[in-house]
Amino acid sequence: MDEDDVSVLVASLLRGDRRALARLITLVENRPRLRDRIMSLIYPYTGNAYVIGITGSPGSGKSTLVDKLTGELRTRGKTVGIIAIDPTSPFTGGAILGDRIRMLSKSTDEGVFIRSMSTRGSLGGLSRAAYDAIALLDAFGKDFVIVETVGTGQAEVDIVDAAYTSIVVVTPDMGDEIQAIKAGILEIADIFVVNKADLENVEATVMALQMMLDLSDKGDWRPPIIKTVATKGVGIKELLDAIERHRAYICETDRIEKMHYKRSKVRILEIVRSKLMDKLIRELENSGELDRIVKCVVEKKMDPYSAADEILRKLDKK
Amino acid sequence: MEEEKKIRVIIAKPGLDGHDRGAKIVARALRDAGMEVIYMGLRNTPEQIVETAIQEDVDVIGLSILSGAHMALVPRVLELLKENGVEDKIVLVGGIIPKVDEEKLKEMGVAEIFGPGTPTDKIVEFIRQRVGEIRKR
Ligand SMILES: Nc1nc2c(ncn2[C@@H]2O[C@H](COP(=O)(O)OP(=O)(O)OP(=O)(O)O)[C@@H](O)[C@H]2O)c(=O)[nH]1
Ligand SMILES: [Mg+2]
Repeated sequence: MDEDDVSVLVASLLRGDRRALARLITLVENRPRLRDRIMSLIYPYTGNAYVIGITGSPGSGKSTLVDKLTGELRTRGKTVGIIAIDPTSPFTGGAILGDRIRMLSKSTDEGVFIRSMSTRGSLGGLSRAAYDAIALLDAFGKDFVIVETVGTGQAEVDIVDAAYTSIVVVTPDMGDEIQAIKAGILEIADIFVVNKADLENVEATVMALQMMLDLSDKGDWRPPIIKTVATKGVGIKELLDAIERHRAYICETDRIEKMHYKRSKVRILEIVRSKLMDKLIRELENSGELDRIVKCVVEKKMDPYSAADEILRKLDKK
Repeated sequence: MEEEKKIRVIIAKPGLDGHDRGAKIVARALRDAGMEVIYMGLRNTPEQIVETAIQEDVDVIGLSILSGAHMALVPRVLELLKENGVEDKIVLVGGIIPKVDEEKLKEMGVAEIFGPGTPTDKIVEFIRQRVGEIRKR
């Protein structure tokens, strides 16, 4: 696989070949050098897909919601790309990616492309490859890209940098957990879904959310709270309508441009940071410099902060 | 420096038989061996399995079949793989398969068949070796 093969694959993707799309996602996930080339070829064709993020506790019904939401989008004539992210086992690096089980009926729909990814090294966050996969689905021509992430820690917050509309799913059986919903989540939610509305305590859950929203200051968009029974498809139309309202809201002023500016900046800096770190670490390892400095710290000849400063001084010299 | 590409495997259960205990055990063993396992649950059609294999760009398709319908289901999967130009995937079958059928399935393109109670280490080893060979090419 070299740069010429990559160009051929990209051309196939742009012609609508889903096998090329699948191969390219694999490459951006695994081959940093080819990834750079792929992304620069793809970039001019991106910017048309509307990206929706869905997060929430394990088992809250995210995948079932994605499945039903996709069905509703398809009825409205839209094509859909789905990225379902599950955590990588920190011990073995392996993962079981089980979100597709809830989306089986969509796997043979030509207007839908589903890809499962694991978080890999990104500490529970959105793996960097997920951003690239979104861009590939966008260039492939999907009208909507839906990203499902597990609601544990960093991923919830990360998803905001990828999605235009972020949905947080809660369930009535969360009980007191609702009260404990972290401020961070409250801030990222553009829409709240109370799923499993067929269970008890739905109204109490909605009330708890309302109260939290009353206390928070989210500007002039107050996140709506949508009740759903994902398994039965109840509330899905209302959810999609809420998404469309939010979309209209961010598009009506220059909000979306500001979002693009901020996100592009974050992404560029993220890439610079990781490339710089890779390069620096490689150089330090190869020259034996890192080993020398670590030993100094171990032998108490230097403290870790001074050690880091010494490394940074080398950067200055360049 | 290129990272090593993770081995990706689908575990699917075509056919109508009811439980997936065995499939789950294998899925966990493969995860514990560092692989990414796309778990498809029960009652998958050959069409769903092949389309999933394409979209997920997997190296291996593991089919767990207890229903005895293997001579209908497995050839259909192989046929669809060919039709879609993705016959490079390694197809493994787990379950109770009579010796005569075993030979036939292998002739058709199944890489290996694992009977009930096969130690999971053996499956892990087989996958690693086969994927290694293919990637070297
Ligand atoms: N009672 C009820 N059960 C539901 C509803 N929606 C989903 N479920 C069930 O909840 C379980 C989990 O659903 P998923 O869609 O897999 O949830 P998830 O949030 O994607 O789960 P993870 O990806 O594992 O975190 C399944 O057994 C669903 O059938 C609902 O509205 N009501
Ligand atoms: Mg899920």
